[in-house]
Amino acid sequence: MEKFTTHTGNAVPLRRSNVDTDQIIPAVYLKRVTRSGFEDGLFAAWRNDPDFILNKEPFKHGSILVAGADFGTGSSREHAVWALQNYGFKVVISSRFADIFRGNSAKGGLLTIVLSQEEVEELWNAIEASPNLAVTVSLEDRAVSYQNVKVGFEIDDYTRWRLMEGLDDIGLTLNHVAEISAFEKVRPSFKPATLPTK
Amino acid sequence: MGKTLAEKIWQEHVVKSAQGEPDLIYIDLHLIHEVTSAQAFDGLRIADRKIRRPELTIATEDHNTPTQNIDKPIADPVSKLQVDTLRNNCAEFGVRIHSLGDIDQGIVHVVGPQLGLTQPGMTIVCGDSHTSTHGAFGALAFGIGTSEVEHVLASQTLPLVRPKTMAINVNGTLKKGVTSKDIILAIIAQIGTGGGQGYVLEYRGSAIRALSMEGRMTVCNMSIEAGARAGLIAPDEKTFEYIKGKPHAPENWDEALAYWRTLFTDADAKFDVEINVNADELEPFVTWGTNPGQGAPLNSVVPDPALISDVEERGAAERALIYMDLKAGTPLKEIAIDTVFLGSCTNGRIEDLRSAALILDGKKIASSLRMLVVPGSARVRLQAESEGLDKVFINAGAEWRNAGCSMCLGMNPDQLSPGERSASTSNRNFEGRQGKGGRTHLVSPLVAAATAIRGTLSSPADL
Repeated sequence: MEKFTTHTGNAVPLRRSNVDTDQIIPAVYLKRVTRSGFEDGLFAAWRNDPDFILNKEPFKHGSILVAGADFGTGSSREHAVWALQNYGFKVVISSRFADIFRGNSAKGGLLTIVLSQEEVEELWNAIEASPNLAVTVSLEDRAVSYQNVKVGFEIDDYTRWRLMEGLDDIGLTLNHVAEISAFEKVRPSFKPATLPTK
Repeated sequence: MGKTLAEKIWQEHVVKSAQGEPDLIYIDLHLIHEVTSAQAFDGLRIADRKIRRPELTIATEDHNTPTQNIDKPIADPVSKLQVDTLRNNCAEFGVRIHSLGDIDQGIVHVVGPQLGLTQPGMTIVCGDSHTSTHGAFGALAFGIGTSEVEHVLASQTLPLVRPKTMAINVNGTLKKGVTSKDIILAIIAQIGTGGGQGYVLEYRGSAIRALSMEGRMTVCNMSIEAGARAGLIAPDEKTFEYIKGKPHAPENWDEALAYWRTLFTDADAKFDVEINVNADELEPFVTWGTNPGQGAPLNSVVPDPALISDVEERGAAERALIYMDLKAGTPLKEIAIDTVFLGSCTNGRIEDLRSAALILDGKKIASSLRMLVVPGSARVRLQAESEGLDKVFINAGAEWRNAGCSMCLGMNPDQLSPGERSASTSNRNFEGRQGKGGRTHLVSPLVAAATAIRGTLSSPADL
């Protein structure tokens, strides 16, 4: 996983709320067995519309997505995170994220930032006023900056540390294999097992 | 202070807890399917890791499998690749799998309870957001992403942040023709698609207790549509009765039962939030928009976005009406339907098929539409056939298919065409969910059956 400390890039104002994961990547793109190449499925239905924001310069080269409330609702597909990352997004900003999407993002190294709806509106307005606006996201400072504006955001220390160190979750957990084994020793025997087949 | 049911189950599964870090939670059962597991197995292989507990893992093929000609090779090359990949992965890593054509194949959330693998007090995960279904047994069950699938395969644990708790009290008595589906659609319309975010929902109250286990599964299934990762119901005698005799019911039954009887929210426990729903007032409920929160009683009209005060919601409603090609003020019962879909992990169990068959018995579906009946599992299909339900559906003019997720998400050939309108017993009415350009109205099995006969959204009372 890539380390994330600071990122500066173009931001994309996606003025839509309730962007569900079926819109981020339709189910038809989920039929692959690899972990890369999902950028073609990102917002596939909406990208058929020439007026869609990602079809316009300079937004098509954006790396920071600024979306409306309730981003990433619906299906748990992690392909939504991969599609965003494969396309080139490093950060998604919204006033509220769906839980599963947010968890998937943290695991994949895609930073999700919650700002208030007012802060999102101000950022949208700033980007629309100057589409090439450079937006900087610093995990170190826990802040989003553009022009003279600096907006702080909250992120729990654990997720921040993991993203900044680029640490893989499984490796971290397997450091505690002794505790897992100890737990298994006292697990009730009546809990079901799938094998042998009954 | 006492504990809620969710807190009790959580506490009993904490392997490791540290200040400022997520708890490490032990997972009792891991369900996998062909769509969200391939990359997880790939990850294990790359890191040279093994599955820690293959005997707590089970696979089935459901998301993209065909519901016709299942004895022939899968025609869609990509679906075939995913299914073949799952079969190879299960063989390589020693995981039990129920493949297409197997008697225990079916939708993963129908198969778990049917085998008796879903039991009270367990932690259950699957790379599918409708894993909340298993919460009906008093289990803490939730959907996970593919990285988490890999994590569970490798460690049988997940690092998780303890969720808050929300009580949804549904008291009163449902009127005739009102079902568990209507309860959950009404709850989602009330709290919104984001209302449950960060919470485990516990459904309580007399109307929930009165539901059958299958009705409870329908309610818990759609917790995710309210934004909640998990929803559960305290187990009771109905739960224990349902599990008894299932293939994987505990051998040391009395010990298990004694434990299960401790699984309830203590009288002095406090939920972070409580919501009340009056079951007496509920009506058959359908969706008119493009998210499951955009629903209304069937007897009402398509709402006018101009009357919605919240700017975001108003915009969403305006876009939904354009996509759905609906005009504000149109009575919902005048909406003509092209396809009726009866099935899915929400409403593809035997009781769902029985209740629809009762309405359709001796009648014909409208000539203007088609109806697909897709049992939730191969065993549900067999059971239905042994009761003659297949004949009822076929004689009415419906198509009787094999088990799978089918048109719920349109990953197999069962899809809507652009502009085609469905009344669907599934769980999501998102744009393009059932096929590109398709328009979905979520309904109960009773409304699905009545709609099939009349051709427009209808309840059995309209027949």
